[in-house]
Amino acid sequence: MSARPEPGPPLWLLAELTYRCPLHCVYCSNPVDYTQYKEELTTEEWLRVLREARELGATQLGFSGGEPLMRDDLEALAAEARRLGYYSNLITSGVGLNERRIAALKEAGLDHIQVSFQDSTREMNDFLSSTRTFELKRRVAKMVKAHGYPMVLNVVLHRLNIDHVGQILDMAAELEADYVELANTQYYGFAYANRESLLPSRAQLERAEEVTNAFRARIGERMKIFFVVPDYYANRPKACMNGWGSVFLCVTADGVALPCHEARMLPGLEFPSVRRHDLGWIWRDSPGFNRYRGDEWMREPCRSCPEKGRDFGGCRCQAYLVTGEAANADPVCDKSPHHSLITDITARAREGTVKVETKPVLLYRDDETSRRLSAQKAKDPV
Amino acid sequence: MSEDTIFELAGHYRFQWEAAQNAYVLLYPEGMVKLGGSAGEILKRVDGASPVSAIVADLERAFPGTDLRRDVTEFLAHARDKGWLRVRPA
Repeated sequence: MSARPEPGPPLWLLAELTYRCPLHCVYCSNPVDYTQYKEELTTEEWLRVLREARELGATQLGFSGGEPLMRDDLEALAAEARRLGYYSNLITSGVGLNERRIAALKEAGLDHIQVSFQDSTREMNDFLSSTRTFELKRRVAKMVKAHGYPMVLNVVLHRLNIDHVGQILDMAAELEADYVELANTQYYGFAYANRESLLPSRAQLERAEEVTNAFRARIGERMKIFFVVPDYYANRPKACMNGWGSVFLCVTADGVALPCHEARMLPGLEFPSVRRHDLGWIWRDSPGFNRYRGDEWMREPCRSCPEKGRDFGGCRCQAYLVTGEAANADPVCDKSPHHSLITDITARAREGTVKVETKPVLLYRDDETSRRLSAQKAKDPV
Repeated sequence: MSEDTIFELAGHYRFQWEAAQNAYVLLYPEGMVKLGGSAGEILKRVDGASPVSAIVADLERAFPGTDLRRDVTEFLAHARDKGWLRVRPA
């Protein structure tokens, strides 16, 4: 076997502190069997993870979940993150944030807060998350501004809200957001289970982009707007995680280290637990992190593709979910022999808005659904 | 920009030495800029108190025999345009 080049540092550490969440979003990217992973890392274990990842060179730290505010040691972790020299980001639904906690987080040195909204309307926000949280989120957005944080508003787009992009941007401007991320749904976890209901039509997508571009031209530098295109409508795959085991390291609520948040679903791969291994070994030497590093693992059409250095063959999890084999080319690539599995779905994506009154059939991210899907998965792994 | 302009780091940016990069970096929400040697030396001296003239003078002391005024003011203008720096309000 030829010597592997030493990987660079993991620039990003995503700490999925907990799978507990008060929201039940239908597009959640958490594994559908999240109820199987109950034993959360302790504060001491997280502090060690933060130290070890920082020693490897991680600079950006995301506190995510689930809802990271469900952990009452978040303030302690944020303080240690600051002491170690991380730039720390809280990725939150806003539920659980109050004056006391935001003041404590600011004091601890948390750098940045991203608040998610489901929609610009109370009706759709509350429907998609199966909660009554719309007014609360508006209050939280104002609180974030009042404490001197840049306000980063994230909205996941899909067929049920993409036609509201104009109103969503109006709401963001009214809340004085500094950054808006309009992130089209990526189809993993619960989003994959709900794919047929969530995928917008191409016409919807094009309209949303037009509205966004017009808004951007009008508002200028005051509010930066990012529009993340859904890869199902692309001809080339995303450079997922900038390459497997290249810059991104995720640690799950129960301590499993992953090269991306979704990799746990891949069969035949054993991902190491931070409970049993140090992150240096995990990042550099563990078989899981080396499985798809570089391009030795590639098959055709990736292997001989002149673009393989740009997109690394796309996303292994998407290749597995759609084609059944993680080493295949990401099927969103039009060079993939499986590309029609994507275009069949996009062709089916119906035109027209799905309204709440029509009660679209969707699986909510809740414990009961997770347990049911876990049982199904145990019987029929793919 | 004049001799007396005082720059400070824009809100939400952090400047620090990164051993793993062997470089000074700027950190901001979800991103990092790795700075070249001279950019790092200039930004290290941007403290929200020193005017441009003092930064130039200090650099010329540290790197004698060079006229750095133009390089420094060009970089500061670039950093301001990038949104990394802002002029400290009077």
